[in-house]
Formats: sequence, structure tokens, C-alpha cells
Amino acid sequence: MHMADALLAPAVGGVMYAASAGVAALSIVKLKKENDLELNNGIKELPKMAILAALVFAGQMINFTIPGTGSSGHICGGMLLTGLLGPYAGFLSMIAVLLVQCLFFADGGLLALGANIWNMAFYGCFVGYFLIWRPFMRSKAFAGAGEKAANRLKIIIASILGCVISLQLGAFSVVLETSISGITELPFGTFMLLMQPIHLAIGFVEGLITAAVLVFVNEARPEMLRDVGTAREGEGKLSFKGTLIVLGIVTLVVAGGLSLFASSHPDGLEWALFGNAEEGYAENMGLDEENYGVSSEIADTAGNIQNNTSFLPDYALPDNDSPAGTTLSGIVGAAIVAGIAALLCIAGGIIHKKRKRAQT
Amino acid sequence: MTKAEKARNEIGAVERLAAGDSPLHRISPLAGLFLTVLFIAVTVSFHKYNITSLIVMVIVPVLGYFISGIPVSTCFIKLRIVMPLVCALGLINPFLDKNIIMRVGSVGISGGVISMITLMLKGIFCLMMSFLYIATNPIDEICAGLRKIHFPKVLTALFLLTYRYISVLLGEVAVMTEAYQLRSPGQRGIKKAAWGSFLGQLLLRSMDRAQNLYDSMNLRGFSGEFYTVSRKKYSSWSWPAVILTGAFIIAVRVFNVAGLIGSVFVR
Repeated sequence: MHMADALLAPAVGGVMYAASAGVAALSIVKLKKENDLELNNGIKELPKMAILAALVFAGQMINFTIPGTGSSGHICGGMLLTGLLGPYAGFLSMIAVLLVQCLFFADGGLLALGANIWNMAFYGCFVGYFLIWRPFMRSKAFAGAGEKAANRLKIIIASILGCVISLQLGAFSVVLETSISGITELPFGTFMLLMQPIHLAIGFVEGLITAAVLVFVNEARPEMLRDVGTAREGEGKLSFKGTLIVLGIVTLVVAGGLSLFASSHPDGLEWALFGNAEEGYAENMGLDEENYGVSSEIADTAGNIQNNTSFLPDYALPDNDSPAGTTLSGIVGAAIVAGIAALLCIAGGIIHKKRKRAQT
Repeated sequence: MTKAEKARNEIGAVERLAAGDSPLHRISPLAGLFLTVLFIAVTVSFHKYNITSLIVMVIVPVLGYFISGIPVSTCFIKLRIVMPLVCALGLINPFLDKNIIMRVGSVGISGGVISMITLMLKGIFCLMMSFLYIATNPIDEICAGLRKIHFPKVLTALFLLTYRYISVLLGEVAVMTEAYQLRSPGQRGIKKAAWGSFLGQLLLRSMDRAQNLYDSMNLRGFSGEFYTVSRKKYSSWSWPAVILTGAFIIAVRVFNVAGLIGSVFVR
């Protein structure tokens, strides 16, 4: 689900950065409060956070057989971290994981980092914790089965639900961000129908894995888990029943909304999102050359050059944002630069090889 | 070699590159970060049909690789991770956007084909640039630079600690997966029955290591702040060079540089 830089417009990337930075700032403040910082004391949980972040990262290197498909997948980790660390520390740890992936493995870009943090860390940690994990752990459901069995069942259900829902939200955000950025020609509804079902399966498998790990931890070191065994101490803001009702309504609304877009108006939301881009497009098709692009001397020169070299009769620039994007001189210029770049690459390679030989 | 070992090698390879020396390695990490982000933001902001100006942008990372002495080919192995989604989205464009926007001889090229190519190029260029940055700046120096601009210390400390710990943990994973594979030949991935205990074992092992680590850090006087000492002297040319390159990047975005170069040769 990691987005590459190329899939985002700078404005969308910037907004997502701001949103993620806001949540990160809130997490830091809350975490400091939780740790009750003394003057010289750092955040006590820091090593634990780091090790769990590293664990999630390492966990992503392990491929699990997905039953019945013959393929394999790996975990994403937001829900796992939130179950072990709580939402704030979990969110910060996910940032560390995503940063390492972005910098060292090129998994997700620098500009897209904000969006990736939002899509993968925010939903898993915050939605997963406040809407699912905490209400479940605090509820008195399955109390008849004995405390241990009840905890086990609650952990399993919360993990699966949490992973499925957070991955669905994440996938939806990817679709939304990419579509708003105007990257793909794919209509919003179709794109969504491609993304959501796949992530339903992935989310389910991740839920099973997360459940398996958390149940294991619950057996081995139950004190490590958040909120487990708190059922009697206090009631969460949402009761178990209330949560189920909320989730049910959300599901209905989302499902209803999806089917609307998918069936009758596949382009409806796209139209709503992008305004009447089609109309603008049509207008621009008949654009005269004086009216597009930047009005500078150089652009004028470029325009003149284009006039002189207009050997392409029915050619018109489709968008005012691309002055002379595909003129002959433009193509020649780009080819020259590309040629120089290729020469530099080859020269760099030769120099590198020579240096290596000199060293040995 | 297991996936975990490969990942460990990859991190090691990047670290070795970053430890090298070249004019580019001597540019301060903050200046480099500024230029990298500017380059990426400008690159992705090109219009989907503006392929010629986009191509001119390649000169920036390629020159960077040339100056730093890092072969361009090193970054291409990274493409396998990001490109699938980008390519998948790009490949759809030719089918949906069939307006002919340019002609080469009698062959018409549709907008979808152009936008597919620009999307892929954007992906490649951004990756080239961000990899160049990480291959010329050691991670602790990046964090020290970020601390200078008052980046929250929780995050830099967490990041450094996570980063250092990943290679240790990946070693652990490599040992465990190898042991598992040797006992289950011909099997793809890890069986469902072992999911929980496998990851759980890893978790417990790592928690124990974390405890040891934390104790020893405390004994050495850890107080939540990582003190980084930079032994390197950054070039006083860092910011001027970066601003000059930045100006070039913006010029490529604003003016039709490809057209200007071409117009020298085409009348």
C-alpha cells in the first residue's frame, strides 16, 4: 500500500504531510503526559517503541502463506503496535518504520511519506485503538467463558476487525489521494472497486496474523498488552453493543455509497471532485496559442518557435499547463538532455569500474 | 539468501555508499534534504503531457550520481518495489485517454501513452533523487541536521534507535526463517499454524534484547537525548550550490528549457 511520489500531486502530498504532522505532534504531547516527564527523564517507553518498530519492520520481511491462494503476504503492523503500545506510541513507531522503508528501501517516496503515514499508521493506530481495540477489551463480552478464554476471543475479534477496517480505510485513502492528484485516467469508482476487495483479503490475513501474535503474547506475557483484563475496572466510552451498532451503520453507509458510485454513476464523484475538468479540456482543445502558458518573453519565443515549426497540422496543446510540451524543438531539446544524461551515466559507470580496478 | 538477509545487505550497501567522500558527500544534510524535496515536488508537479520538460529534469540526479561517483545502476534495483503500482496505474491510461495529441510522421500518439510515460518517468526520477540523498548522507548526520531545526527529539531518537535495531533484528529473523525453511523444504512462506508462535518468539526475543539495551543505555547515562558529534566539515558551498540547482529546477518548471535547447538546432 506504500504510495510512490509519482502518484501524488505536491498539494495533496503537502496536505497529507500537515495532517500526519498534526497527529504526530498530538502523539508526542500525549506520550509525554503519559510518561509524566521529569526534567531529566526521557520517554521511558522509547527502547520498547524502537524495538517494536524494528520488529514490525522485520516482521514485514517474513512472508506468510495465504491459505487457499498459494501466494504469500506480509503484515502491515499498525494494529499490532497499537495493541502493544497504545495509539500514540504506536503511531510514532509506525512513523519510524515508514521512514526507514522510505529512505533505505525506496518503499514509498519522500513526498508521499505524509500520505503513507496517514494511510497506514493513522487508521491502524487511532481508528484501530479507539474504535475497536479499547471498546472490545473493556467490554464484558464472552464473560461466561471465563476470563482467559474471553480475553482470547476478544483479542482475536478485535485484531481481525481492526486490520480489515484500517486497511479498507487506508486503501480508500490511496484511491482518494491518487484521484484528487489527477494521476490516473481511471474513474474513481472503478479504481475503488479494484482496490477495496484486494485489501479486504489482505486485511483479513493480516488480522489473523496479528491475532495469532497477540494471543501468543497474551499467553506468555499478558502484562504487555494494552487494556487487556480491564473489563471490570471501567467501562469504555462506547459499550460493546454501541460499537457494534456504530460499525454496522458505518458498513451500511459505506456499502450503500460504494454501490451507488459503482453502478449508476461511475464518474459521478470524479466529476464532483475535479469540477468540470472535461469541459475545461474541451475548451482548451480549441485554445489559441497566445492564451496559454506563462506570459514571459521566453514563452513568447517558444510560442513563435512553435508557430514556425508547426509541421503538425491538427496538433493543439490540450492543457494550458504544458506550454509547448510536445513541440519539435521541445522534443529535440529533451532528446539532447537525455543524451547528455545517458553519456554521464556511462562515463560514471566507467570511472567507477576503473576506480574499483585500481583499488584491487 | 533469505529476504531478511537481503534487506540487511541492502542497508549495509547504502551505509557504505554514504560513508564515501565526494563533493556531494560534503554538502550539509539539511541543504541536501531541501534540494531533494524541492526536486521531488517540482518533478511530480509537471503536467501529465509535458514530457519534454520533464525529461530535462533527469540531468539533476544524473549529475549528482556523476559527481558523487555512485553508479546510477545502484538505484535501479530499488525500482522493483515502487514501480509495480505506478506502472499498473500508468498502463491503464493509454486505454482510457485516446485523444491524439502529437504525431510523429503518420503515427499518432495518444495522450494516454504520453501520460503513462510521464508517470513512469516521475516515479523513476523521484526515486533516483531520494536514493542519491540517502546514499550521500549518513543517517546520524541527517538526524543531527534535523535536530538543528528543532525536529522533535522523540522522533529522531526513536528513528535512530529503530534504525540501529533493525539490522540486529533482521539477523534474528534470518536465523529463524532459515531454521524454519530447513525443516520444511519446498514450502512457500510459513504455515498458518506457526504464524503466532513464530512472530511471538521473535517478539519475546526482541523484548529481551530491548530490556538489555535499555538497561545498558541507562547505565551509560541515557537521558532521552542522542548526542551526535559530526566529524565531517560541510562544504561552505552547500547552500549556494543548492540554491543554484534549485533555481535551475524551478527554471525548468517555469520555462520551456527543452524547447529553448532544441530551438538552437531546429529552425
